[in-house]
Amino acid sequence: MAGMEMRALRKSYGGLEVLHDIDLTIDDGEFVVLVGPSGCGKSTLLRMIAGLEPITGGEFRIGGRRMNEVPPRDRDIAMVFQSYALYPHMSVGRNMGFSMEIRRRPAAERAGPVAAAARTLGLDRLLERFPKALSGGQRQRVAMGRAIVRDPQAFLFDEPLSNLDAALRVEMRLEIARLHQRLGTTTVYVTHDQVEAMTLADRIVVMNGGVIQQVGNPLELYDRPANRFVAQFIGSPTMNLLDLVADADGLRLGNGVRLLGPAPAAQLGIRPEHLAVVAPADGEITAQALVIERLGSDTNVFTEAEGIGPLLARVHGNVDLRPGDRLGLRLIRERIHLFDAAGRRLPPMH
Amino acid sequence: MSATQEERAPGMPRARLARAWLRYAVEPYLYLSPALLLICFVMLIPLAIGISYAFQSINLLRPFDAGFIGLENFEALAGDGRFWTALTNTFWWTFGSVTLQFLLGLGLALLLSTRFHGKRLVQALVFLPWAVPTFLTALTWSWLFNPVIGPLPHWAAAVGLLSEPYNILANPDTALWGPVLANVWYGVPFFAITLLAALQSIPSELYEAAEIDGASPWQCFTKITLPFLGPMIAITVMLRAIWIANFADLIFVMTGGGPANSTQILATYVFTTAFRKLDFGYASAIAVALLGVLMVYAVILLVVREKLVRV
Amino acid sequence: MAALRRTPPALVAGKYAAIAAYVAFALFPLYWLLKIALTPDTLIFSDGTALWPSELTLDNFRTVIFQSDFMAYFRNSVTVSLSTAAATTLIAAAAGYAFSRFTFRGKRWVVALMLLTQMFPLLMIIAPIYKLVAAIGLLNSLTSLIVVYTAFNIPFATFLMQSFFDGIPRDLEEAAMIDGCTRLQALRVVILPLTLPGLGATLGFVFTAAWSELLFALMLINSNDAMTFPVGLLTFVSKFSVDWGQMMAAGVLALVPSCLFFLFIQRYLVQGLTSGAVKG
Repeated sequence: MAGMEMRALRKSYGGLEVLHDIDLTIDDGEFVVLVGPSGCGKSTLLRMIAGLEPITGGEFRIGGRRMNEVPPRDRDIAMVFQSYALYPHMSVGRNMGFSMEIRRRPAAERAGPVAAAARTLGLDRLLERFPKALSGGQRQRVAMGRAIVRDPQAFLFDEPLSNLDAALRVEMRLEIARLHQRLGTTTVYVTHDQVEAMTLADRIVVMNGGVIQQVGNPLELYDRPANRFVAQFIGSPTMNLLDLVADADGLRLGNGVRLLGPAPAAQLGIRPEHLAVVAPADGEITAQALVIERLGSDTNVFTEAEGIGPLLARVHGNVDLRPGDRLGLRLIRERIHLFDAAGRRLPPMH
Repeated sequence: MSATQEERAPGMPRARLARAWLRYAVEPYLYLSPALLLICFVMLIPLAIGISYAFQSINLLRPFDAGFIGLENFEALAGDGRFWTALTNTFWWTFGSVTLQFLLGLGLALLLSTRFHGKRLVQALVFLPWAVPTFLTALTWSWLFNPVIGPLPHWAAAVGLLSEPYNILANPDTALWGPVLANVWYGVPFFAITLLAALQSIPSELYEAAEIDGASPWQCFTKITLPFLGPMIAITVMLRAIWIANFADLIFVMTGGGPANSTQILATYVFTTAFRKLDFGYASAIAVALLGVLMVYAVILLVVREKLVRV
Repeated sequence: MAALRRTPPALVAGKYAAIAAYVAFALFPLYWLLKIALTPDTLIFSDGTALWPSELTLDNFRTVIFQSDFMAYFRNSVTVSLSTAAATTLIAAAAGYAFSRFTFRGKRWVVALMLLTQMFPLLMIIAPIYKLVAAIGLLNSLTSLIVVYTAFNIPFATFLMQSFFDGIPRDLEEAAMIDGCTRLQALRVVILPLTLPGLGATLGFVFTAAWSELLFALMLINSNDAMTFPVGLLTFVSKFSVDWGQMMAAGVLALVPSCLFFLFIQRYLVQGLTSGAVKG
């Protein structure tokens, strides 16, 4: 096992630079999730870590050793692909033991680790089968088994759950978390799903446009997003953004409500769960309910707020509202985020 | 950060750059080189030489007459009645073959895209002619047209197509039909297979949606199938026409260009001039003319396609 | 859906009639070839256009196989076609792999070059090829045919192989490389086993093409020893154009290898013809 270091890592195709000066240190045994919208460069970064994409500039180290020119086979890493990439002409057992077979380890020596991994993943009875006879979840397990047998310095996962249905995704997510707890292997995990990121990660790296937006543990990202992009990307449903107007007396919302805060703030962010639904007369904001989504545990109230525009509030439990009803909304003060015109986070209000 | 980058740049990356360059610029050419070498030496260089032959006198029967003669071959070509006949025949041969192959191929593809009993067997059987070597196709059909041994003249006479059972390949007025028919037999599977593949690429939801919207089968064909297949049909027909214009085997074996040049197309004229008369200069001049005709055709097609795409 | 709208029985009957007509059109010439080949010489004229021969015999095949040069021609053709198919498939697999797995400077030009070779009349180069082959003293040798045929078939076979490689996910190769393979090991252990059907199909296509080629063989071969089957059969036809039964028996023999390969490659026809739509 080993940590990783990236110093000013860059990647360009022809003249087009897709990753700009990536600096990131991953500690030994840490579970790091790279997350961001599609095309943000997270998969490219993972492939550079794996050695599948040449590094254009900067330096990359695993366990202190420079890796830029080292081919994938010598980096001592294992990777789980989105497509699983199981060898269709080999049985499950041979798939899992392939890395040892390639290193010319005798069959007797291979059997032990393969059997152990198969037991961990519940694949004992499938070792003789071929990948095409497996379900999606089973294929996923074989892909993970192959990585485990390899016993590498680091695991790399490239959107491993995106081909599974919702129920299976939750199950496999747990499985991956348990695996990491048990083995403690350094793991880099790429996903575009922020729920996976929040649930699995020790630390999350949010990327956009080839640039790291913020690095931090899940709650840091939720409580103190570094900028508007991170604020909107982390958290579901998405954070509400309200335009602020600055005048001689300070800041006010579109409907005239005054706020205390630093002058340069251009926008206010408030998560749907931090908007309190109250009687129309008690609210800072008056709004009309448009659509009510009842999820059982929570209720999403989509509203049109006077002088502000669409706002979404999330209420714990049920709420007695119908489309067309008028309601009041209050901002929970300590949960307000302020952003300047460029989208950077400003210090909170006092 | 970018400063450290710059400082390192001169020393370190040279070896790495060289390796990356080797991997990304040279390695693919390593795999391609046998193919490229063969194509260059067997096709492209001979092509250049062949074009140069058109401006020379090269006749193996008159080896001492060799040398550059400028445009003399082409002047002779302009005054050669057989050349102009061959040009006309090339048009009819190509047009007739492509039209019939396409129509019959489309019909077959439409049939094969429906469901019926024994479809796999039928498919294997109707595609079989494609596998028959061309020289054998030619021989088989010339035997079928021969009244001594084949049934076709007798049947044609029985239904009144022919006044008496004679060999249509021996009659200048009808001879071209022989190779065309053989070509249709040989080429229908090609069109059927390509069109069938295209038909199967049309999503079936489209037909279901159209059916729910109340479209008749004929409307489905004209409003969905044809627009979908249009581009693919155009490209296949274009390329196939060029291939058929160059396709000399059938005619050469069945009629040798005769009787009285009535089936001579440019491609067979090139071959017989080179093979029988060993007049390589003149043969190359005809070939260059054929190439010219095909290029004009290709340009016209590109213009037409441009127009079609714009509409 | 289909069950709801009943097709009128007349249409169904029409459809089956059309299918039957296509099958008859496709098979009749081959049936006739076989029929004459199996009819005893003495009955050919009296049987005339009867659909069934009144008596069957294998004499014609016996004569062709044991008392003529056709078996030598057959052997020559098998040698030429198999060698061509093997060489072409090997070279085209390498080129197709490069097209499928690399983006490199000049790729568009190489592809354009290969397409160009499919567009110009091959007969343009028959004279230069003859002179070149004569100059290096390879007239009447099977080697010259193999080299020429290999070059002719490479572009088509390359595009075909490329389409097979494209069908194998890049992930597999990358997974193998992470598992510890070099690129060549990944090629051998993972890609090659998965491309075997593709290699077989390419082999079949090229074999069929080489087996049928006539014009260049006519030009480059005129000694009886080196004749391929098409050349031999054509020479036979122009010399002894009355031995109908024997000619057709020889024709049936020429058909056998093609049909065998056809059965084998039938599954890949669509892929072959659409990836190389340029060529028949």
